[in-house]
Amino acid sequence: MSRIPLEKKVLNENDLIAAELRARFGAHGILCLNFVSSPGAGKTLLLEKTLAAFPKGERVAVLTGDVQTDNDARRLARWGFPVKQITTGGACHLDARMVERALADWRLEELDLLLIENVGNLVCPASYDLGEAAKVVVLSVAEGDDKPLKYPAMFFRASLLILSKIDLLPYVPFRLATARENALKIHPEMEILELSSTTGAGLDAWQAWLEARRRATRAEFHSAARVISGQV
Amino acid sequence: MHELSIANSILEAVRAEAARRPDARFLKVGVRVGELSGVEPEALSFSFQALVKDSDLEPLTLEIERRPRCQCCPACGRVFRVHDYDITCPDCGEGRTRCISGHELEMIYLELEDV
Repeated sequence: MSRIPLEKKVLNENDLIAAELRARFGAHGILCLNFVSSPGAGKTLLLEKTLAAFPKGERVAVLTGDVQTDNDARRLARWGFPVKQITTGGACHLDARMVERALADWRLEELDLLLIENVGNLVCPASYDLGEAAKVVVLSVAEGDDKPLKYPAMFFRASLLILSKIDLLPYVPFRLATARENALKIHPEMEILELSSTTGAGLDAWQAWLEARRRATRAEFHSAARVISGQV
Repeated sequence: MHELSIANSILEAVRAEAARRPDARFLKVGVRVGELSGVEPEALSFSFQALVKDSDLEPLTLEIERRPRCQCCPACGRVFRVHDYDITCPDCGEGRTRCISGHELEMIYLELEDV
């Protein structure tokens, strides 16, 4: 019996496609965010509110993943920006190949923000890189404040935690401070926002966060373009 | 339950290796699964067995090496294993320590029968 060393990632193929996507997003100056949460945490409504606040002609597009139905795509399309539904047909997560296929007939040069709404699931999407700049995990106060401890893989990988549905706080035992503490235990660098898409509370802070990330992406893109064109 | 997809990715990698070594008979594949990988080792073993059964890769087995979460302290250099999510350095009390292992999901080796 002999043993040959392999030392490669199990999801090597997915990671290669994700790296290609990331490079393409970089080359077009696109900020790509991957929204993850358990089902019903409020990803779609948050994205609707986000789109609703954009001026007409904003260079934004949305990919939304679900196991079945195109209900979310129809909800999101009402705001007039390009939206595409990815129906996984049973799979509990999006993978990089699905994103690559969904983008095939879009012109990336017309975009500078791509929002991907993953399948509602706090486990499986954690393992699949989609080429995003950051994962945004949405946790509603109707869930448990110990979710970060129960699903550490996801909270470890997400850059931003959005505590959603804070208008429900008077009716639920959720403790914001405990949720924050638990998230920071798993991921000390985690940024955290609190909001309610229903009342609009906290949406301004989310929009400011998004705008700051977009500005940083644009600045990086423009300085890279100057280097490439030999101006620096 | 994405362990079935993960098991399938492992088998695809083994098949790619098999294509390069047409005479080899593969017996075992070693995979490293970190505590933060989001993959449940029992579910992965179960999925792996289900996929290998009656396939061209039978009797391939899976050996899982589990990796705990380990942190490194930037202040004193101590490397420690995390218990109960506590990432505070046990030596100097520094709270912002850095994760150095536990997120792995990697193939380590393939064992094949000598011919």
